[in-house]
Amino acid sequence: MPQQTTRDVVIVGGGLIGAAVGFGLQRRGLSTVILDEGDVAFRAARGNFGLVWIQSKGSGSPDYVAWTRRAVDAWPDFAAELADLTGIDVGYRRPGGFHLCLSQAEVEQRGQMAQRVSRHQREDGKTVMVDAAAVRERVAGLGEAVVGASYNPLDGDCSSLALFRALHEGYARLGGTYRPATAARSIRTAGGAYRIETDAGAFAAPKVVFASGLGLNHFAAQVGLPPLVRAQKGQIIVTERMRPFLDLPISQIRQTPDGTVLIGDTKEEVGFDTASTMGGMIELAQRAVRALPRLADTRIIRSWGALRVLTADGLPLYEEAAGWPGVFFLTSHSGVTLAPAHAIAIAQWVAAGEMPDELQAFSATRVQAEKVA
Amino acid sequence: MSLPAPCPTHDLIVVGAGPAGMAAAECAAGLGLSVALVDEQPRPGGQIYRATGASPLADASILGPDYQRGAALVEALSRHRIECFYNATVWQVTRDREIGLLVQGQTRLLQGRAIILATGAMERPVPIPGWTLPGVMTAGAGQILLKSAGLMPSASVVIAGSGPLLFLIAWQYVQAGVTIAAVVETTPHGNYLRALRHLGRALKANEYLRKGVALIAGLKRAGIPILRNARHLRAEAGADGRVARLHFRTGNRDRSIECGLLLLHQGVVPNTQITRALDCSHDWDALQRCWRPRVNEWGATDVPGLWVAGDGAGIAGARAAEHSGRLAALDAARLLDRIQPSERDEKAAPDKAALAHHGAVRPFLDTLYASAPDILVPSDDTILCRCEEVTAGDIRHFVALGCQGPNQAKIFGRSGMGPCQGRLCGLTVAEVIADARGVPMEEVGYYRIRPPIKPITLGQLADLDIPQEAAE
Amino acid sequence: MPTGPQFQRLPDQNRATVTLTVEGRTIEAKTGETVAAAILAAGLLSHTRTTPVLGAERAPYCMMGVCFECLMVIDGEPNRQACMTLVQDGMNVERQLGARTAPAPAQEVA
Repeated sequence: MPQQTTRDVVIVGGGLIGAAVGFGLQRRGLSTVILDEGDVAFRAARGNFGLVWIQSKGSGSPDYVAWTRRAVDAWPDFAAELADLTGIDVGYRRPGGFHLCLSQAEVEQRGQMAQRVSRHQREDGKTVMVDAAAVRERVAGLGEAVVGASYNPLDGDCSSLALFRALHEGYARLGGTYRPATAARSIRTAGGAYRIETDAGAFAAPKVVFASGLGLNHFAAQVGLPPLVRAQKGQIIVTERMRPFLDLPISQIRQTPDGTVLIGDTKEEVGFDTASTMGGMIELAQRAVRALPRLADTRIIRSWGALRVLTADGLPLYEEAAGWPGVFFLTSHSGVTLAPAHAIAIAQWVAAGEMPDELQAFSATRVQAEKVA
Repeated sequence: MSLPAPCPTHDLIVVGAGPAGMAAAECAAGLGLSVALVDEQPRPGGQIYRATGASPLADASILGPDYQRGAALVEALSRHRIECFYNATVWQVTRDREIGLLVQGQTRLLQGRAIILATGAMERPVPIPGWTLPGVMTAGAGQILLKSAGLMPSASVVIAGSGPLLFLIAWQYVQAGVTIAAVVETTPHGNYLRALRHLGRALKANEYLRKGVALIAGLKRAGIPILRNARHLRAEAGADGRVARLHFRTGNRDRSIECGLLLLHQGVVPNTQITRALDCSHDWDALQRCWRPRVNEWGATDVPGLWVAGDGAGIAGARAAEHSGRLAALDAARLLDRIQPSERDEKAAPDKAALAHHGAVRPFLDTLYASAPDILVPSDDTILCRCEEVTAGDIRHFVALGCQGPNQAKIFGRSGMGPCQGRLCGLTVAEVIADARGVPMEEVGYYRIRPPIKPITLGQLADLDIPQEAAE
Repeated sequence: MPTGPQFQRLPDQNRATVTLTVEGRTIEAKTGETVAAAILAAGLLSHTRTTPVLGAERAPYCMMGVCFECLMVIDGEPNRQACMTLVQDGMNVERQLGARTAPAPAQEVA
């Protein structure tokens, strides 16, 4: 068994959240190690759509509306910082974004969502419903099937793969230690610190951050927390590279800086199966062609099922476990949108230990409260 | 979620109409199974017997006597009622044995009770600096042009690499009257010594050895320069952007040869795209340095109702492929209760004996023609992923950042994410990672392959009906 | 940029000749051969596509449909595999330069 390694913070999970928090902690001068799994793991980061998105975030939760807005406001500087440090342009842009509705029923449903969210949004970034003509002004070749859309002027996107790489590259440049194929197994207290046992030796630190996505429940149980997350499958189709033709993101269809087109939005509750289903692929293709008929002869290069990590109410979850000071549980299905918030505010909280008021609403106590109710 | 199993359209669907697929289809149809045979080419034959029976050549004998074998297979096939789909691209195979086809731009679904994959081999990628230049092709490509279009090089041609096909294509070109500038062989000297201990067994199938010796002797008689033990191959472009010369090193000497066409070859490897997409188990073949789907003695994979026959299950050559095709068909017929296990075993005996015979030569050939280390693990400036233009140096950088395998490399640098879906870089990316990490290939693994197996358009996919359950 | 052909036809079985337009110029081809073969025989093009990433020049490599280097615009349809497409009389073939363009939006009602 190798020697136990000691750091200020051990981070379990090298996805978008773990990498962002690790990046933020290194930037604050802490010494950290990220423990990650091997080449084939259930990685939500792989299935990310790349939206930096506020229009639908926070229905029923003013705190989530504010938290998302704060992250989006921080995005331009954050992208610039990553580019300066790593030379990687993550391709962030904020041209506003649509969510298309292909029937009157979808318009009504979406309209209700927009109303709930916009009540808490600031004046300069409210989600509004627009008609097909308004979408057509921004999107050439819109299909007749599109009845309307929701829109928020602050919505945007980036290359999620470039972001993932930039966070890792930046983390390494700031002196962080990334340990792949070092899956964590257990946590226990040991002499005033915590000891994490892994497949490849033990790691000790006064603080531990669990950002292990679907793996969170395993560690939650070890510190007396209830299950925190569940898997939801989303399917994504990606096409051949195209010259730029879509200059703003649509939540179901977006063109990446590489030129490929991502098509997604099915939601299936399936546990840990990441195979793409024929039915799901066909449905995505049909909706895409109805929304943008000019895409009909675009070739599909790949499709896959990725697992979203969801809490029961869909909000992020940030928790310092009761009775386990310095042990943090972090999850959100918006690893891209919230990346600056994770690198800045969450890293500050982990470093300082005092939970800021703005994060209180995302504590795991709500999960327990729901269980009781 | 799996699709509701629709009514089977065929007892057996055979994917690939090369020697394994033709033999499997013929055998199964002979046992009374309803059979569909699917191939991407306009006619049966596979790459080895490409355009058999329809050769554009006035004198097809220049292709050699082995090529004539294809005609007999096609003739046998034609004696049965088999529904053949040619010019048909397979874009999806599901674990429920449904096959998505694209024929003349139309999508079409077939449903089998059993599926035999006979998708054969592809040439091992030959990543050397400059292998992406126009005018650099595979030796197999040269052969396909000869067989299917009657084309021979008019530019000065250099054939470089290792393996039996290297000498076969050179010999065929000589028969066609082509002047070959040089055959540059990369087989390391040490391979000869290592192969010697397998020679005894190989002599059991000495027809292979005799053929090889005759080919090389024929080339020497024709005065073709054969330069051996070449290392550090590098192709360089001329003013028009096409390949103009090949640089390499033999002994302590740097050499270069002018050429207008460079054909590269490093043997062939199983085409595992479909078995990978189906998530079949695969094993690393350390001798052939490739992955092969895990199959039993009948070719059955660990996906129920799915067999792999021919070179797709491990390289054994065209004659062996016929026998493994029949074995898979016999086992499929047994599974579908058309024959009893005893009848299967009885009918299989000659094929099993023949397979053992053809297999006897493999350890010798595979050891002799093992690729040189500098081709398996190229220098930093070599492009590995041709589609996304990712170099070996890029991959090594990703490993330094903590990349453990090809799937993380994909996320870091898009290798394997272009239109070829990793076919031309999967093996090399993994070899470079294994080398950089100092671990065996089994620990590095392979790309997860995602459908579609071949590109299909959104419109073609959208034309299909959504199965009831998925539509809710 | 016309360059010398890299291939020539061997005496053949009197296959019928068809005519293609390649980058605006007329070439002859034989029935039963692929677009990629016809273009290599004609020697008209030094490359058949440029890559979408770095703009590098490429030409057919594998001739069996696995490498996707021979992507061309055939009868207006971008990114078709020239090595898997049989020639037809009157076909119009152009190089695939960089990423494909999205087809123009359908004419909208004014």
